[in-house]
Amino acid sequence: MCLAYPGKVVQLNGDFARVDFGEGTVKEAVNVSLVQAEVGDYVLVHAGYAIQIVDEAEAKITLQYWKQILSAMPEDRAAYEREMKGGLY
Amino acid sequence: MHVCGSHEWTITHFGIRTLLPENVEVRSGPGCPVCVTPAADIDAAVKLSVGGATILTYGDMSRAKGSGMSLYEAKAAGGDFRVVYSVHDAVKIAEANPAHEHVFFAVGFETTAPPTAYEILNGPPRNLTFLTSYRYVPPAVEAVANSPDLAVSGFMNAGHASTVTGMKAYEPCFNKTRKPMVFAGFEPIDVLISIAMLLRQIADHAPKMENEYTRAVTWEGNLRAQAAMDKVFDRVDGYWRGVATIPASGFNLREEFQEYDTRVRFGLKETPGNEQFVPEARCGEVILGKIDPPECPLYMKTCSPASPKGPTMVSNEGTCKIWADHKVLASMRCRI
Repeated sequence: MCLAYPGKVVQLNGDFARVDFGEGTVKEAVNVSLVQAEVGDYVLVHAGYAIQIVDEAEAKITLQYWKQILSAMPEDRAAYEREMKGGLY
Repeated sequence: MHVCGSHEWTITHFGIRTLLPENVEVRSGPGCPVCVTPAADIDAAVKLSVGGATILTYGDMSRAKGSGMSLYEAKAAGGDFRVVYSVHDAVKIAEANPAHEHVFFAVGFETTAPPTAYEILNGPPRNLTFLTSYRYVPPAVEAVANSPDLAVSGFMNAGHASTVTGMKAYEPCFNKTRKPMVFAGFEPIDVLISIAMLLRQIADHAPKMENEYTRAVTWEGNLRAQAAMDKVFDRVDGYWRGVATIPASGFNLREEFQEYDTRVRFGLKETPGNEQFVPEARCGEVILGKIDPPECPLYMKTCSPASPKGPTMVSNEGTCKIWADHKVLASMRCRI
């Protein structure tokens, strides 16, 4: 039961927050009492509750690690870069 | 081995096993809470629903059979249940119908227990009680690590459960078993990086507790959530259907919250259920990761998502359902 989605806190209302999951999906009343979230933070939401804050800096580091793994395979990297054209997603 | 239905989903959905070298095999361990919910607990919920209480629970839980009917089937017998997305919905529904008894069938792992703990601490309405059947994963990982016939070389740990408990929850298990451990996120990149980290630990003969999911998992975890759980729940031995009773792997409501305990409110006796699966079904071995779904004689013959014969095909986190939804019809054992 690990189904949780990251979303951005766009508004705080006491114990609840409006969270934007992107692509037009917004949940109006996510319970944030289990975390200390500010507007602009990304939170992991599981069954209507935010269970943890997502650290954006760490996310970037993980993506860098992925790039390192890919660069270890030079023949694949050229094809990969052509496909991605500079952006990861 | 991973121990999370959501990891199995990512792995199967993105075809990750097809990308791995021939000598690497990823097993799907006990990571599906609906799959391991004892038949006895399901029977209790069904009995209460037919008896007039409204059972509130997650969608796939309502379709899992106990010794007899599932909650869904019990509806035809006059039983009442409603699917909720969160425990908060259960509270709102109970509040809207104060004259009627409601029971929240509280199933899940340590990811799901904190919100329930929070609602209980917040003072739920008097007509809502909690039928708890939560399971705690770290002892199950230890049990699997100690099992000689599973021969696991390393663990991909459940990322979201670990955001709550912190990596520290696995320290006793790691110290005892010295199995390589990586705390893994759920994007396909996370899974691939985690496999690479595990292989590095194995190749170097240097097991450690390593964190791939650094953007969400910390050593300490979510202290507020842990405090709420500690206040509300007692850790007890838990029976995992199809597996075994694993010490300290269940959560019971503490005595001071008895008034919200369904078992106390309705005077439920400890009635054993028929924990066996249907004849020929190998659900237990799938749950443990001993076999792949296609190795069960029923898989995609008599048992399918449209006509499930066991919980691993009912639940969204069940290995059989995930494989079936993706039309995987052959075993994916390593070829060495």
